[in-house]
Amino acid sequence: MSTQTLAPGTDGGRDTTSRPRSGGLRALTRSVPLVPAILLLAVFLLGPILWSLYGSMTNTALTGYRAADPQFVGLDNYTSLFADADFWASVWITVVFTLASAVVGQNVLGMGLAVLQRMAPKALGSAIGALVVVAWVMPEIVAAFALYAFFSTDGTLNSVLGVVGLGDTTWLITVPLLAVILANVWRGTAFSMLVYRAALSEVPTEIEEAAQIDGANRRQTFFRVTLPMIRRSISTNLMLTTLQTLAVFTIIWVMTGGGPGTKSSTLPVLAYQEAFKYSQVGYGTAIATVTILVGAVFSIVYIKVLKPEVD
Amino acid sequence: MRIRRAAAVGAVAALALTTAACGSSDDGDAAQDSGPRTITIAYQKTSAFHQLDDLLQKVKPEFEKANPDVTVKLAPIEAEADQYYTKLALMNGSKDTAPDVIYEDTFQVMSDAAAGYLLPIDDYTAKWDDWSQFEDAAKNAGLGVDGKTYGVSMGTDTRGIFYNKDLFKKAGLPTDWQPTTWQEIIDAAQTIKDKLPDVTPMNIYAGKAGSEQTTMQGLEMLYYGSRDGADLYNTDQKKWVTGDQGMTDSLDFYKTVYDGGLAPSLDQALDANIGTKVFSELLPQGKLAIDIDGSWMPGGWISGENAWPEWEKTLGFAKMPTKDGSGDGFTSMSGGWLLSVGAQTKSPQTAFDFVAMATNKDSSLEYDTTNSQIAVRKDVAEDPKYLSYNPSFEFFSSLVPYTHFRPATPDYSQISSVIQTEVEAVASGQKSPEDAAKSYDEGLQKIVGKNNTVAAG
Repeated sequence: MSTQTLAPGTDGGRDTTSRPRSGGLRALTRSVPLVPAILLLAVFLLGPILWSLYGSMTNTALTGYRAADPQFVGLDNYTSLFADADFWASVWITVVFTLASAVVGQNVLGMGLAVLQRMAPKALGSAIGALVVVAWVMPEIVAAFALYAFFSTDGTLNSVLGVVGLGDTTWLITVPLLAVILANVWRGTAFSMLVYRAALSEVPTEIEEAAQIDGANRRQTFFRVTLPMIRRSISTNLMLTTLQTLAVFTIIWVMTGGGPGTKSSTLPVLAYQEAFKYSQVGYGTAIATVTILVGAVFSIVYIKVLKPEVD
Repeated sequence: MRIRRAAAVGAVAALALTTAACGSSDDGDAAQDSGPRTITIAYQKTSAFHQLDDLLQKVKPEFEKANPDVTVKLAPIEAEADQYYTKLALMNGSKDTAPDVIYEDTFQVMSDAAAGYLLPIDDYTAKWDDWSQFEDAAKNAGLGVDGKTYGVSMGTDTRGIFYNKDLFKKAGLPTDWQPTTWQEIIDAAQTIKDKLPDVTPMNIYAGKAGSEQTTMQGLEMLYYGSRDGADLYNTDQKKWVTGDQGMTDSLDFYKTVYDGGLAPSLDQALDANIGTKVFSELLPQGKLAIDIDGSWMPGGWISGENAWPEWEKTLGFAKMPTKDGSGDGFTSMSGGWLLSVGAQTKSPQTAFDFVAMATNKDSSLEYDTTNSQIAVRKDVAEDPKYLSYNPSFEFFSSLVPYTHFRPATPDYSQISSVIQTEVEAVASGQKSPEDAAKSYDEGLQKIVGKNNTVAAG
């Protein structure tokens, strides 16, 4: 949709040179072709957000009286949410999960792989690329089951460790958060790698060569020249991986179900539990709405700090 | 230019379609009990629970033969309990997916009736000759808060202790075991642990994912025997009980069992499939010595893909004792399932006729025998085929005098979820029994409101 709406902009520009119009009207005419896109965005993005905002202010339930006759309760859900220790524990788990698996894990590893790919012989680079991408290509539910099979007590990891006599750690019980973080890194790194590979190949080699002639070593070239040049890709990628990771549900649900207890309940898992296990759909929606806000805060921080639009 | 217009038209068309789809569910609300029609039956099916599927597969052609205009669509939901309830609630949320006949757990009836998912069937049962065959307790199990009937009972159940006599013998324990206090269960489990380190000493369900089995076969089997007259709900005052020492004691039993390594490892215990695993693997393979579980278990061992002919010789049954043997000395819990008619059905009479056929004498006899239920139809309960079918019937029927029913309120299903969460928190070592009991009180108050609770006394 968006690619098609780009064309009219240039078209309209040509128009004005021949027939000058008043500024307001011109802007209006120019934005007409955007209307369908805006409408679609409104229906499919803004609509659900507003609906979830409304839903979070009701006491809708999945069953019982409040399923038939939900009432508007204002900010009650938020009041009890913010007073709930489980919620804050869940916020903390979400932050740890996101920072460790997306911001640090996927980004750094993705960058590392992209750099290595550029330096490695071509065949090896492509082979590594293909291997990493497999995790990304797999449907999420399949990846989740594969990872469950890997980490579970009689799973692959323990079979391998069993060779050296270390095979009885119950990974999903003793270190559930670490297990889901590693799982998410495994699954998401390919995305960062692809983004960074594309970004790195856009950096003109002349500039790097010039830096080296000026006496910069490889490290300095990378950190002082290459990285700043691909700053915008980094910002975009950080934003995308963060938002994706905030929304991760399937992997955690399949691997640990948020447990044991609530030790790996991120906000989406908590929202699901409240809405569909405790039947408190309104309350669960409030948690989902908070998740949207957390995502928005992350996005604003990235945009402000990394200033993708300024060169 | 042309591309642009096409895109715009496409977008508008897409919008129009979406809005149309949103508004297009209101047509033809009138009851339709003649002419070609389809009724959908939603029910649960798992690898361990196929008996209902077997029965309905038989009833379907019979019903279609008797009513040539009707197509019966069987819609088995292949999920463990928790997801089954969620799926049902979501199906019931929309007119387009709501089933006509629903396999409904008794504890969900009040709540689903209040939600408007179920149709009162008093008008239909009044004209149904078989209705007089049902025990009063079974009729009551289908009542909503408004006193109307919302389902026909397929059978009821009780719960007790299964123990492996071979393992008991090896560990030097009596093979006619009958514990009289909770401590004796723990002692026996400890003996098994010491003598047979490869065997899981005992199982009491503890996982959130196990849903109602954790509440009912688990905590409630303890709690209702924790002190004289323990009840989650004070029926006289119509209030929920908080601050009960019995709750702490019951959770403490979990702590002893799970901390002491007497229970399945947490990765098994907290898995959604633990029930199936106990039934099809741990007990038949002699890997579990003591199991607190339901009377339906032997049904799956008598025949079918999980057949285990030696169960009769291998397993012993014991009544669940109260905490220190006081009160009646023993305790049990009873539940059961119903067939209900969905509130959104277009053919209520047809749907009820199907329910009637699936709960008539032959169907009930088949279901109660194969799924090892305690019969609620008088004609089935007296039938020699029923009485001689399963040697464990005698034991489980003998638990009826000790049994308890779950609180019949529309909030129960939500409160049950709080119980499961707290039990898992204790079993996984996240909370002490005292803290978990306190969180239960808080969770309870959040659901029913402080005014509707009363301190235990």
